[in-house]
Amino acid sequence: MATHSAVAQHTDHPGGNAVLVVEHLEMAFAMKKGTSLQALKDVSLQARAGQVTGLVGADGAGKTTLIRIAAGLLVPTAGSVTVLGLDSARDSIAIQSRVGYMPQRFGLYEDLSVRENMDLYADLQGVPMSARGERYRRLLDMTGLVRFTQRMAGDLSGGMKQKLGLACALIKSPEMLLLDEPTVGVDPVSRRDLWKIVYALVAEEGIGVLLSTAYLDEAERCHFVVVLHEGEKIADGAPHEFQKDARGRVFLIDPPSDVKPRRIQSLLSGRPGILDATIRSGRVRVVTATGGRMALDAHLPALWRTRIQQPSPSFEDAFMALIPRAQQPLDAIAAASEVPSPRSDEVVVRARGLRKLFGDFEAVKALSFDVYRGEIFGLLGPNGAGKSTTFRMLCGLSSVSAGEISVAGKDLRRSRSPARARLGYMAQRFSLYGQLSVQENLLFYGRAYGLAGRPLQQRLAWAYAEFGLTRWRDQTAAELPGGYKQRLAMAAALLHAPEILFLDEPTSGVDPLARREFWLRINGFAEQGVTVVVTTHFMEESEYCDRVLIMSQGESLAMGTPAQIRALARSEATPEPSMEDAFIALAEGAITPTPPIGDIVS
Amino acid sequence: MTSGALFRMRMRGILRKEILQIRRDPSSIALAIFLPMVLLFLFGYGVSLDAENVPLAVVLDDHAGPARDVAARFSGSRYFDIHLATSLDEAQRWLDARQVEGIVHLQDDFSARLATGQVAPVQVIVNGVDANRARLIQGYARGVLQKWGALRQARGEAAAAPGVRVVQRIWFNEGAVSRNFLVPGLITLIMTLIGILLTALVVAREWERGTMEALLVTPVRRIDLLLGKVLPYFILGMLGMGLSVGVGVTLFEVPFRGSIGALLLLSSIFMMASLGFGLLISAAIRIQFVAAQISIVAGFLPAIFLSGLLFDLESTPRPIQIMSHIVPARYFVEISHTLFMAGDVWPVLLPNAAALTGMAALFMTLAYRKISKRL
Amino acid sequence: MSALRRIAALIVKEFVMILKDKKSRFVIIGPPLIQFFVFGYAATYDLKNVRYAVFDEARTAESRDLLARLDGSDSFERVATLSAAHQIDTMIDHQKARLVVHIGPRFSRDLYNGHPASVQVIVDGRNSNVALIAMGYIGTIVEDYNRSLVERGVLERGRAPGVTLIERAWFNANLQSRWYIVSALGGIISMVVVMILTSLSVAREREFGTFDQLLVAPFTPGEILVGKALPGMFFGLMDALLFSVGAVFWFGVPLRGSIIALLLTFICFIIAVVGVGLLVSSLAKNMQQALLGSFVFMMPAVILAGFTTPIENMPDWLQTGTLINPLRYVIVALRMIFLQGADTAAVWPQLWPLMTMAILMLPLAGWLFRHRAQ
Repeated sequence: MATHSAVAQHTDHPGGNAVLVVEHLEMAFAMKKGTSLQALKDVSLQARAGQVTGLVGADGAGKTTLIRIAAGLLVPTAGSVTVLGLDSARDSIAIQSRVGYMPQRFGLYEDLSVRENMDLYADLQGVPMSARGERYRRLLDMTGLVRFTQRMAGDLSGGMKQKLGLACALIKSPEMLLLDEPTVGVDPVSRRDLWKIVYALVAEEGIGVLLSTAYLDEAERCHFVVVLHEGEKIADGAPHEFQKDARGRVFLIDPPSDVKPRRIQSLLSGRPGILDATIRSGRVRVVTATGGRMALDAHLPALWRTRIQQPSPSFEDAFMALIPRAQQPLDAIAAASEVPSPRSDEVVVRARGLRKLFGDFEAVKALSFDVYRGEIFGLLGPNGAGKSTTFRMLCGLSSVSAGEISVAGKDLRRSRSPARARLGYMAQRFSLYGQLSVQENLLFYGRAYGLAGRPLQQRLAWAYAEFGLTRWRDQTAAELPGGYKQRLAMAAALLHAPEILFLDEPTSGVDPLARREFWLRINGFAEQGVTVVVTTHFMEESEYCDRVLIMSQGESLAMGTPAQIRALARSEATPEPSMEDAFIALAEGAITPTPPIGDIVS
Repeated sequence: MTSGALFRMRMRGILRKEILQIRRDPSSIALAIFLPMVLLFLFGYGVSLDAENVPLAVVLDDHAGPARDVAARFSGSRYFDIHLATSLDEAQRWLDARQVEGIVHLQDDFSARLATGQVAPVQVIVNGVDANRARLIQGYARGVLQKWGALRQARGEAAAAPGVRVVQRIWFNEGAVSRNFLVPGLITLIMTLIGILLTALVVAREWERGTMEALLVTPVRRIDLLLGKVLPYFILGMLGMGLSVGVGVTLFEVPFRGSIGALLLLSSIFMMASLGFGLLISAAIRIQFVAAQISIVAGFLPAIFLSGLLFDLESTPRPIQIMSHIVPARYFVEISHTLFMAGDVWPVLLPNAAALTGMAALFMTLAYRKISKRL
Repeated sequence: MSALRRIAALIVKEFVMILKDKKSRFVIIGPPLIQFFVFGYAATYDLKNVRYAVFDEARTAESRDLLARLDGSDSFERVATLSAAHQIDTMIDHQKARLVVHIGPRFSRDLYNGHPASVQVIVDGRNSNVALIAMGYIGTIVEDYNRSLVERGVLERGRAPGVTLIERAWFNANLQSRWYIVSALGGIISMVVVMILTSLSVAREREFGTFDQLLVAPFTPGEILVGKALPGMFFGLMDALLFSVGAVFWFGVPLRGSIIALLLTFICFIIAVVGVGLLVSSLAKNMQQALLGSFVFMMPAVILAGFTTPIENMPDWLQTGTLINPLRYVIVALRMIFLQGADTAAVWPQLWPLMTMAILMLPLAGWLFRHRAQ
C-alpha cells in the first residue's frame, strides 16, 4: 500500500537514544484451514528515551501485536524488535525486568487488594524490600490511590483500576513503558490524570513510552506518532507535521439556527471530495481531499456557504485524511435525512425519581427525564456511572427499586410481549449468536418479532442493502470484522422497524471510522421519526444527540442540549469548551448547573 | 541481589498471591473442601454394597416343626426381613411388584423328606435384576441354612453333614464391610478432583481474565510459574487427603493399618501426578469451559470407572484393563486399599509407587515444556 | 399464530446452534458414546479370571477333581500352586492371588469316612465386594461337587446332606450384572446430555448478552422456556433411544416390557431433567457456574440413584432423601421394563413422581428467567 498522504516516511526524529528499534517486522498468525493472518507487514520504527511515541490506527491495524512482540510475548515471523539494545525474541527475560508493560485489561488480580497487587509485582520484579516504602509512597501519591490500599482491585472504578495497572507496571522504575490502549472505557478525568502521570515520568525520569491508542486527541499529545493500517505503517512523524499536511483542507461550518448540524453532516458524508464530516461543538467539521472550498461548495446550498471558517487542522483531521477507506454506501441515509423530521412533543420515554439499589449500594440516584418522539437522547458518563443500569431498567431487563418508568405508555417489565415489539434493542458487545451466520441471525430476529413470508424477505433485502452485509451473508457472526458485527447487530435491532431504539454503548470498542459511520446511520433513523435512546462514554459523541443526560456515580450532573452543557463550562480560560471540558468541570464540582437544565427541547 | 534471593522473592510473591486467591474464591473452597465432604458422607453413610434387612417372602407349604424352624432362622437373621406369604402365587406377585426381593419356598413334604433321610430341597428365588445384590442375598441364604444345619447337628437331630465344607476366611476386612473398601478409594477421587479439575480451572481462569499476560511480561521464569501453581494446590490436595483420612478413620471407623509416613510419601507422589496432568491440560487449554470438560472426561470419569474404585478392573475386558494403566488413580487406589486394610506391604506399594513416580515425572516435564512465556 | 411463529424461530435457532458447532455436536455424540462403552464394559460386578493359588496337601484324585472344577470355571484362574503354608501369606499380602484354596491332608480320608471334609478358602478382603462374590462362586462350585459325589455314589444317599438349596434368579437367570448396569445407561447418559445442553444454553446466552435480546423481544417467558426445552428434550430422547437399542443389540440385554412404557418413561424423565437443567441455567451467572451447578446436581444424583449401589442398602433417612432424585425413578423403571417385562401400568408408580417434578420445575425456571436479572 502506498502512503496516502504527503507525509513522508520520517524515520529520523529528535529525542534521546532509541529505546526501541523495530526493523522490517513481519508477523503472521496461523489460522484454521492452513490460512494465515498477516498482522504486521514490514514495519520499521523507533521510539526514543524521554519521549512518548504513539501507535495509532483502526481495529486490526496491528498495534497490540507490535506491543506484545516488544514485550517478548510473541516471537515475530521475520524482522526484529530491539528493546534497550536487547533482542525481544532472544533476551525476553532481560527485557522483561527492565520494561513496564500494561496490557489492555490492566492485568490486575481482582480478588487481591491494591496493596497485594503491588506486592505481587514488586516481588516478581525483584524490587528490594528497602526500596519499596519510598517507591510505593511515590506511586500511590501519583495515582491518588493512597486511601484505597486495602480495597480489592475488583471493587475499584475503571479509572482507578487503570491507575493501579499503571502503578504495577511502574513498580521497578522501568527504563521503558509499554502501554496497550491504556484509556479505553475510562472517564475523562481519569484519562487526563493518566496523561499527567505519564508525562511527568517522561520529563523527570527520562523513560521512553510506547503506547497504542484509538483516541486521536491523545495521539496529538504524543511526541511522535506512527500510523498503522491493516498491518502496515502508512505514516509517521510528529503530530504537528501531520497537521501541517492537512492545512487548507479543514473547514468548519456554523449551521444556521434552524438547521441541525447533523443535517449538514449527512449531506456531506461520503460525497466525492469530502474525506470526513463530523460535528464538533455544534459545528460541522469537514476535511476535503484537496485544498480549497470547491468540493464543499458543490454540495452545500448557497445560503450556508457564508458560514464557513478554516480552523487550524487537528491530528484527527489529518488522520482521517490519511486512512484509506472505501466510500461507504451512505447515500441512502443522506437521502432519507432530507425528509423533514416529524418531531413532536409526545413523550415516549418517561422516568420519574428512578432509583436502583444493589444491596446497600445505590447505583442510580433519583433520576427523572423525558424523551420525546423522534429525538436522539444520550445517556453520557464514564463506566460505572449508572448509565447501563438506567438503560436496563428502561428496557425492563432490570427491576426498579423506586420511581416510575414508562416506555410508550407501558412499563416493559410488566407489560405483555406485544408492547415490546415496538422497540428495538442493541446490547453492549453486540449480542449476536456467534456460531450463526449473518443470514441465520437476521432470520431469527425477524421471526422473533413475528415477521414471515414476503414482509420478512423485504426487510432482509433492506437490511442487506442498507448495512452492506450482502457479501458476508454466509459468514458466521463471530468471524465478522468488528465494524461489521456492529452493523449486523444494528440490522437485527432494526429489522422489525421499531418506533423506539435503545442502544447500549453501541460504539464501545469500535474504531473511529466505524463510529462515524454508525452515527450517520442513527441520524438517518432519527430523521425518519425513530426515537433513539443511546448510552456512550465517548464525550464527543454527545454532539450527535439532541439532548444528553450526563451521569456520574449514579447521579445526574446535567441535562440539556450539547450546546447548553458546553456553555456551562465557558470561562475566560476556555472560551470554547468541549464536552469533555464540561464533563470534567461538572465531575469535579467546579461548576454546578443551577437549576438543572431539564426538559428543554431545542 | 543474588539470583537465589530474586528467585525466593518471586516465589514468595506468586505463592502469596495464589494462597490469597484460594482463600477468597468460594468456588475453589467448594471444590476443595465442600464437595469432598459431601462425597465422603455419601459414601460413608449412604452408599454401601452390603445388604441388610432384605425383604424376603417365606412360603411354608409345610407347617411342621422343622419347616417353621427354618422360617425362624431366616427371620432371626439381621440380613432378612421376613414376610410370610400364604401361597407361592402371592409371593410371586410381591416379587413382581418389588415388594420383596426374594422368596424362600418350602414344599409340603419338606419335614417328611427330612425325617426319612431324603434330600429336602429349600427353594430360594431372588430378583436377579441387580445381579450383584442377588448374589449377596443367595450367599446370605446359604449361610442361614448352613447355620441351621450346624445347629441340628449340635442338637443331635442330624449327623454331621458329610461332603466338602468350605471354611472361609476373609483377610484384612473380616466382616467384608464395603465401607472399608469404598472410603479409601474415595480419597483417590477427592485428590483427583483437586489435582486435575481445580488446577485446570484456575490456570485457565488466569488466561481468561488477562492476568496471565501481565504475569508473563514480568521476569518470572517458567519454573516459577510451574512451582507457583504446584505448591499451593499440592498443599490443598494433601489437606483434602488428610481431612478425608481423618474423617474416614474416626467417623466411619475404617481401619488404617499402614504407617502415616508411607501414606504421606505415596499420596505426595500421586498428588504430583494428578497436578502434572491438571497443569498439562491447563497449559494447553486456555478456556475454563473446555478445560473443565476435558478434565471431567479425561480425569474424573476414568478415576471412577477405570481405577478399581468401585468395579473390579481384573474382571473387565482386556482392552479396558490395558487402558486403565494410563490412569494414575488406578495405582493409588491399590496403594490406598493396601495401606488402609493390609498395612505397609512394600511389594504391593513399590510397583504402584514406581508407576506413579514415572507418571508424575512425565506429566510435570510435559507441563513444564508446554508452559511458554509466549502468548 | 405469531406466538407459534416465534417459538418456531427460537427452536430452529437452537437446533442450528447445536448442530452447527463442531464442539456441541461432539458433546451430543462423542462423550455419550464413550460413556456407553466404558460403562457397559467396565461397570460390572461379575468376576472373571479371579487369580487364585492352590495349596493342596492332600494331592488325591478327589482334591484334584475339586480343583479341576475351579480351573474349569471362567471365573477363576490359577496363578500358583503352593508347596508350603507360609507361602499363603505372601500370596495374599502381595496381591499375587486374590484367594488361596487350602486343602488339608485329611481331605479324602474325611470324605470317605463320612466326616465333613474342610476346604479352607482365604480371601483378600481389600475389595470386600470381590471377596464376597468370589466366596459365593466357590460355594456354588463346592455344592455342585457335593451333588456329584452323591450321584457317583461316593457319598451314600442316606447320609446325604439333609437340606439342599435350590437357587433360582428371576429376570436375570445368569445373574449378569452387565444387564443391570446397561439397562439403566439410557437414563444416566441422556441425563448428562440434557443437563449440559440445557444448563449451558441459557447461561451461554447470558454470557454473550443475547439473553437480554430475547427478553426485550416479544417473547413471553413461557415461549422462551418451550424454545429452550424442546431441543434438549429432542437430543436427550435421541440419545436415550440410541443407547436402548445399543443395550439390546450390542450388549444383548433383553427388552421384555412394552416399548410404549419405555418411551413414556424417557419422555417424563427428560422433561423433569430439562426442568432441573433450566433451573440451574437460570440461577447461573455464567457458563462456569452452570457447569459446576450441573456437576453438583449430577454427582449425588448418580450416587443416590441406585445405579451402581442399591438404594435398599442405604440408611432409611437417605432412602427417603432419594425420593426427590428424578434419576432414581427412571432407573427403577428402566430395569423393570427391560428385565421384568413391565408395562405402563406397572411403571406408573415411577412415572407420576417424574411428572410432578416436571410440573413444578418448569414454571419455576420460566419465572426465574425474567426475575433472576437483578
